[in-house]
Amino acid sequence: MTTANMSLPRSLATLAAGALFGFGLSISTMIRPEVVLSFLRLQDFGLMLVMGGAVLVVLLAYKLAPRLLARPLLGDHFHAHPSVWNRDTALGAALFGIGWGLCGVCPGPAIAGLGAGNWSLLWALAGIALGALVQGLRAK
Amino acid sequence: MNLSLFPLGWQHYLLGGLLVGAGAALLFVLTGRIGGMSTVFSSSWSYLVRRPFFQQARFVDSRGWRLVYALGLVLGALVWWLGFAGGVREATAVPVWQLLVGGFFVGYGARLGNGCTSGHGICGLGSLQWPSALAVLTFMATAFLTANLAARWLA
Repeated sequence: MTTANMSLPRSLATLAAGALFGFGLSISTMIRPEVVLSFLRLQDFGLMLVMGGAVLVVLLAYKLAPRLLARPLLGDHFHAHPSVWNRDTALGAALFGIGWGLCGVCPGPAIAGLGAGNWSLLWALAGIALGALVQGLRAK
Repeated sequence: MNLSLFPLGWQHYLLGGLLVGAGAALLFVLTGRIGGMSTVFSSSWSYLVRRPFFQQARFVDSRGWRLVYALGLVLGALVWWLGFAGGVREATAVPVWQLLVGGFFVGYGARLGNGCTSGHGICGLGSLQWPSALAVLTFMATAFLTANLAARWLA
């Protein structure tokens, strides 16, 4: 790992970006499993606004930043994370949805919810960590 | 029956979503990183598990900042909780077994499918990648089915 990759300004920026993300998840009440489940039961479409609003801002940033800036403001380069559609993506997404529909918690809110004192989410967090472990152990 | 699409109001959803996006956007503009949340659950295992899968560069090289990013999430929620929500502790009535078992599938599925609601849903759609759009449609469909069947059978 390069030192530039772990510099203090970059770490603080990452922390601040995460804080904004977590604050947004909290204010939108996505850290409440009940609210997520009420979306999945078509009783409250708020989650669509959350996702739509987030996608809009990210879309602008991903499109504009590489055009306006030679590199990120704190160094390194603009990364890309290409997604692929294959059997694993399909099966993984399907299983993810089954779990999400059962508990109403996805990775972001499982982490953020702890900051709002929702200790029950530690169960979800443990489940997610265990699931990720088993996936890695089964992978070739 | 409430026929409103947003019985609890809509402003906080939109504002929160814009802030979530602003967080991922800030991460990208300042550091160039793509900030989905599920990878931290694989990359952190690389500290403990020696197997080659977890020792891949994509996990080992990013595990430090991913943990810092996750810590930021907790911090942001803490600021909201203490500064804006009056410090009333959040709680959920979802049973422990559902959180644990559901969580297991969330973790296994997100890592097998290389993304979750933030990875495919926000970052993937935000970079206009059709495989992510298919992944979102897939998990929305199975989540919708599961949540409605669970409401019927488990309530």
